[in-house]
Amino acid sequence: MPAAQIEFSKELTAFIDEWKAKPGSLIMMLHRIQEEFGFIPRLAAERLSRSVGLPLAKIYGVVTFYHFFKTTKPGKHRIAVCLGTACYLRGAQDLVDEARAILNLKDEEVTDDGLFSIDEVRCLGCCGLAPVLMIGNEVYGKVEKDALPEIIAKYREI
Amino acid sequence: MINAKINGIPVQVAEGTTILDAARKVDVKIPTLCYNDDLEPWAACGICVVKSQGSAKMLRACCTPIDEGMSIITHDPDIVQTRKTVIELILSTHPDDCLACPRNQECELQRLAAEFGIREQPFPKMLRDIPIDDSTGSLILNPEKCIRCGRCVKVCQEMQNVWAIEFLGRGEKTRIAPAADVKLGEGPCIKCGQCSAHCPVGAIYENDQTGLVWDALMKEGAEAKTCVVQIAPAVRVALGEAFGLAPGTNLTRKIYTALRRLGFDVVFDTNFAADLTIMEEGTEFVKRFAAGEGALPLITSCCPAWVDYLEKYNGDMIPNFSTAKSPQQMMGAMIKTYWAQKAGIDPAKVYSVSIMPCTAKKFENARDRTMYSSGQKDVDVTLTTRELARMIKQAGIDLLNLPESDPDSPMGPNTGAGVIFGATGGVMEAALRTAYTLITGEELRDVNFTGVRGLSGIKEASIHIKGTEVRVAVAHQMGNIAQVLEMVRKAKAEGKETPWHFVEVMACRGGCIGGGGQPYGCTDEVRKMRIRGIYDADEASEYRCSHHNPLIKQIYSAFLEKPGSHKAHELLHTSYEARDLYLK
Repeated sequence: MPAAQIEFSKELTAFIDEWKAKPGSLIMMLHRIQEEFGFIPRLAAERLSRSVGLPLAKIYGVVTFYHFFKTTKPGKHRIAVCLGTACYLRGAQDLVDEARAILNLKDEEVTDDGLFSIDEVRCLGCCGLAPVLMIGNEVYGKVEKDALPEIIAKYREI
Repeated sequence: MINAKINGIPVQVAEGTTILDAARKVDVKIPTLCYNDDLEPWAACGICVVKSQGSAKMLRACCTPIDEGMSIITHDPDIVQTRKTVIELILSTHPDDCLACPRNQECELQRLAAEFGIREQPFPKMLRDIPIDDSTGSLILNPEKCIRCGRCVKVCQEMQNVWAIEFLGRGEKTRIAPAADVKLGEGPCIKCGQCSAHCPVGAIYENDQTGLVWDALMKEGAEAKTCVVQIAPAVRVALGEAFGLAPGTNLTRKIYTALRRLGFDVVFDTNFAADLTIMEEGTEFVKRFAAGEGALPLITSCCPAWVDYLEKYNGDMIPNFSTAKSPQQMMGAMIKTYWAQKAGIDPAKVYSVSIMPCTAKKFENARDRTMYSSGQKDVDVTLTTRELARMIKQAGIDLLNLPESDPDSPMGPNTGAGVIFGATGGVMEAALRTAYTLITGEELRDVNFTGVRGLSGIKEASIHIKGTEVRVAVAHQMGNIAQVLEMVRKAKAEGKETPWHFVEVMACRGGCIGGGGQPYGCTDEVRKMRIRGIYDADEASEYRCSHHNPLIKQIYSAFLEKPGSHKAHELLHTSYEARDLYLK
């Protein structure tokens, strides 16, 4: 994209400058970018492409391969639903579907008002509580589908 | 050397030879799908599995080197069943609309399914609903048909160094698309079409414009236009492959007849315009080289994919780029000016069609305003060799048994210098043949410059013109270009003399004979045969140098004045600008 630019913090720029010549550093640099912006903005990927000398296609190949990297700005409240084996067997897919229905999300990941986004994640490390979801840093265990509207409603106010 | 056995047949091969190549040596065919002779094997599909005696493990023949003493089994019920399952799994994500597919009867997956006698599809269908991308006007990307073999990605990145497409996503959601999901036409794609020439199925193919041409040919009454066609050098030695002939078979004079039977009113030959290109570009070279006006090296600009690549990736080299248009566009401009005038036809009533080995030519004919130098679109539609084959078949023309005929005058008769434009090194050789005479006023005794021929990625040669050395380089296959340009830049930065005075670049491996619009199944073997066909035509030509073409002389005296004249610049030259890799 011509002309448009994106600001990187001094720390991020220094980090990229330090690592860009070393092979195999792309993922690490992408981590830092996501730390700074909450996702990988297109302009940031382009700036990285220019300064590292890697084709944009290569960067997007990596970014879209790993579930962790996001190409769209996540919602203010990120709902992470675990789809690990235990949670999946206890109906976590229903939770995803229900949450999407409540938030009126089809293929997109973020609600129009930017308040919520849904991530399907693998194992949050508390399988005993399956099915598990997290909103922000709050963990919800043994979640029943019917409890979802109330849980989500709480965050609309925050 | 390594001694091994394939199905009990002894074979001796060099160390590092793959099981696949060893098997080929003893005439055993191991089926493949993702494998392609142009590319390093990467074992994506699993069709080529074989066993080594004494082990139940299956090996991928395409990427496993054969070891001393190995006894390979290529076919047993277990192996065949495994391959069959792989095909069935691929079919479970592939639509069944073969009858309406652009690759019908030319599809590698279809052929495998037939060979393996697939009659049922045991796995549930999981088709993907990703929209078709037709944004380039040259190529159509239909992700629904994609089997994710990865050939196009490897071609685009490794052979061509373009990076227009990449695998995005992972697992079953993997898809092939440009970065950031822009459209193909909004990214770095140079329309070379090598992806389409290497795709085994109907996932990437040329934008078929035969319908437009049929319409123009069939129009009657007040709406009818005079249909004029030109055919490119490389088409004539490859079209026969679509009719079962060996690569390299030269069908030039049968093609002229076929074009007339299709309904074209006038049949010209792009070889003639190639001669014209040489007069203009040769003159430009002499001006830069002998008179010191303009940047050196002069870099050729006949290849539209290369033009696009240069504008996007190498904007700093624009001063080195020849301003001469490609033969296709020179012919287009001359048809709608010189010829229309001479024939007394309103250029608006002329429909100009070109038959090219190339998908990028479809993009070139509307590349910028200089492609409308006659006041009209100089070339209305470009068809690839594959599309021409389709039209000939649709029209019931028995190509192989047609009588031969000649092209129309004045823009048909041509020289050997024109025809070799179709092969890598050809433009350079043709230019040298004429530049020598332009500089010295003398004729060459031997017009063959064999140093610039052949399939090496970068070729160098030098000739002495009246005591001065002219150093030239020829590069083909886009991925080979960067190192040539780097050396030019380095010399410039260090204030040293340029390593070469003249550089020819073609985007496709082998030059236009290996173009993205040529019949499927191109390998180096095929390229060599097509190239042979091209040089045989050169040697059989009455004239071998562009400046000897009597009709070229006539066109300058009657219309263009002299090479590089104001009029020639208006009609036969173009300009360039640095462009962004991504429009969106």
